[in-house]
Amino acid sequence: MDITETLAIPIPEQLDSPAVPDQADLDLTTVGDFTVPDPRMKIRDVNVFYGQKQAIFDVNLDIGSNSVVAMIGPSGCGKTTLLRCLNRMNDTIDGCRVEGRVEMDDKNVYDRKMDPVLLRARVGMVFQKPNPFPKSIFDNVAYGPRIHGLVRDRTDLEEIVHTSLERAGLLDEVKDRMDQPGTGLSGGQQQRLCIARAIAVSPEVILMDEPCSALDPIATARIEELIGELRKNFSIVIVTHSMQQAARVSQRTAYFHLGYLVEVGSTKDIFTTPKHQLTEEYITGRFG
Amino acid sequence: MNPTKQIVSGLARRQRAEKRFRLYGLTAVVLGMAFLLLLFGSIVANGYKAFTQTYIELPIYFDPAVIDPSSERDHQTLFSADYWKLVKTAVYQKFPQASGRKERRELTRMVSEGSAYELRDQVLENPRLIGTTQHIWLAADDDIDMLMKGYIDRNVPEDERRLNDRIIGYVDSMREVDAIERRFNTTFFAAGDSREPEQAGILGALMGSFLTLIVTLLLSFPIGVAAAVYLEEFAPRNRFIDLIEININNLAAVPSIIFGLLGLAIFINWFGMPRSTPVVGGLVLGLMTLPTIIIASRVSIQSVPPSIKEAALGVGASRMQAMFHHVLPIATPGMLTGTIIGMARALGETAPLLMIGMVAFIVDPPGGFTEPATALPVQIFLWSDSPERGFTERTSAAILVLLVFLIAMNAAAVYLRERVTKRF
Repeated sequence: MDITETLAIPIPEQLDSPAVPDQADLDLTTVGDFTVPDPRMKIRDVNVFYGQKQAIFDVNLDIGSNSVVAMIGPSGCGKTTLLRCLNRMNDTIDGCRVEGRVEMDDKNVYDRKMDPVLLRARVGMVFQKPNPFPKSIFDNVAYGPRIHGLVRDRTDLEEIVHTSLERAGLLDEVKDRMDQPGTGLSGGQQQRLCIARAIAVSPEVILMDEPCSALDPIATARIEELIGELRKNFSIVIVTHSMQQAARVSQRTAYFHLGYLVEVGSTKDIFTTPKHQLTEEYITGRFG
Repeated sequence: MNPTKQIVSGLARRQRAEKRFRLYGLTAVVLGMAFLLLLFGSIVANGYKAFTQTYIELPIYFDPAVIDPSSERDHQTLFSADYWKLVKTAVYQKFPQASGRKERRELTRMVSEGSAYELRDQVLENPRLIGTTQHIWLAADDDIDMLMKGYIDRNVPEDERRLNDRIIGYVDSMREVDAIERRFNTTFFAAGDSREPEQAGILGALMGSFLTLIVTLLLSFPIGVAAAVYLEEFAPRNRFIDLIEININNLAAVPSIIFGLLGLAIFINWFGMPRSTPVVGGLVLGLMTLPTIIIASRVSIQSVPPSIKEAALGVGASRMQAMFHHVLPIATPGMLTGTIIGMARALGETAPLLMIGMVAFIVDPPGGFTEPATALPVQIFLWSDSPERGFTERTSAAILVLLVFLIAMNAAAVYLRERVTKRF
């Protein structure tokens, strides 16, 4: 049965094979050191299946503290799938099965005892398409603190909303219209509102799934600038299609190919001296 | 031949085909509208006169000797007095030329028998009327009403029509002095059913329908929405849930009379609930409406963009919070639309109510959920069966009232649907 037909939520990426060079004899084991000192999250031997189809193969990766990890690779390489494993957003997809361990504070997030509600409060997410709630700007940001009971009174809440909007670089643009609907903002503003909404619950890790793919270059530049700022307080994992973006915002880069983590290393090394043949072909633009 | 020429040569044919198709479509729309207008037109033409009723002005002498011989103004005495005698005396005085027994009986038949109750109510409300003479407009008998509305043809031979020349003469003489006229028919909206057309009204049926629909709504809306939310959000994907879904869809297609049989067997025979009551009718119609509401609610939940739910889950909302804080508020207008359409269908439903005995002849409007009642469509069914000409027009008038309610409910549904499109 074709699983895409029965899904409430479409699988984020097409799983059919992209145009890639002949690779039958290529070695897909990870090149480079996937560990970092003092990691915030650890991905160990993770395999992900959509029904019968395997989307991720034996991936190991550390997410460092206060740094940006970029996941790059051609369409259908599984980078969004892996990203959604980190806060268990894959749970909402029927037929999706995750094997292996994703650790946070040495606890497997896929453990039975782990409550996804707590996990997602600690690991926030920004989606590909800006998705503010059809509510006011204030309520968009205030929603997380409210449901988690992070505030005692209205003053606390207003402070959190203001700080979050300020850190998302949106406060000056919206402070006079906090009661206007969030859906009335421009695309770039909406995405920054979503970032403000994510940081309002003070997560430790922020996952960004191609946050700029629906935005124009100016809005993109603002988001990238913002990511640089946010890095001081949060660990960030960003999936991107743009290699330039990965080079601009990240400290480490992981290159994925058909569900395998092919190469991982410092961003500088990956873009100047790639060790794996596939990585080199991808960043030099021979396929993608 | 180059491609452009090939395209040009086929263009005329394509345009003709399009024109032809547009014509078919237009014809279909026009035909549909024509039939609708014909339907509405015939109902309105048959029914609009039922909103007026013929009244006769009579000088009624509230004779103390008849109403209150003991002059005690005792409620029981006033209540059971012979008010019909007052009416008879008044008509005899108005037409002294009618002297024979038969002629006098004809005279009294011109006035509705309900007039006695009308007079009684007036006296009970204001006992000071006793001993005075008042000019009071009393409802005419339905045959007189039909004559005034022009349904009785004077050219038909006398022995073949319902009113003889003498009575027509009386009516004409009253007409000359404006002692008979058609007025707005308040009885039609203020009374229950009756054997006499001029005393029959739809209030009882309206109350019955209203009470029934309340039970229907209370039963089907919460259960329907809860079932839809569970099936959409929490149900595991397995064979058993598939079976349930298929059966809900099948249930929506079950003929309504089957639900009536179910109500008869389960609610009345097994649970021992009272027959002919709004509570049983509401339960039966609620079961019938349930699949409609479940299906409509599921569709409107599905139409909420999944990104909204993902956003909520992404900041750590539980599935229930994502559902109740974000998905349901957006889906609510759609769910209400489905509910209203389901309720409109329940309002127009007759067959299952026949099975549970809501077809009985019930004069008093029901005062509660467990009192015997009829419903509007059943009342229409009952009246359409009656031979009197007065009931024929009342049937159409009741249909008009039912249609007004149905159109109002559907308009509410459309209004809600408009609101949902405005939000995105």
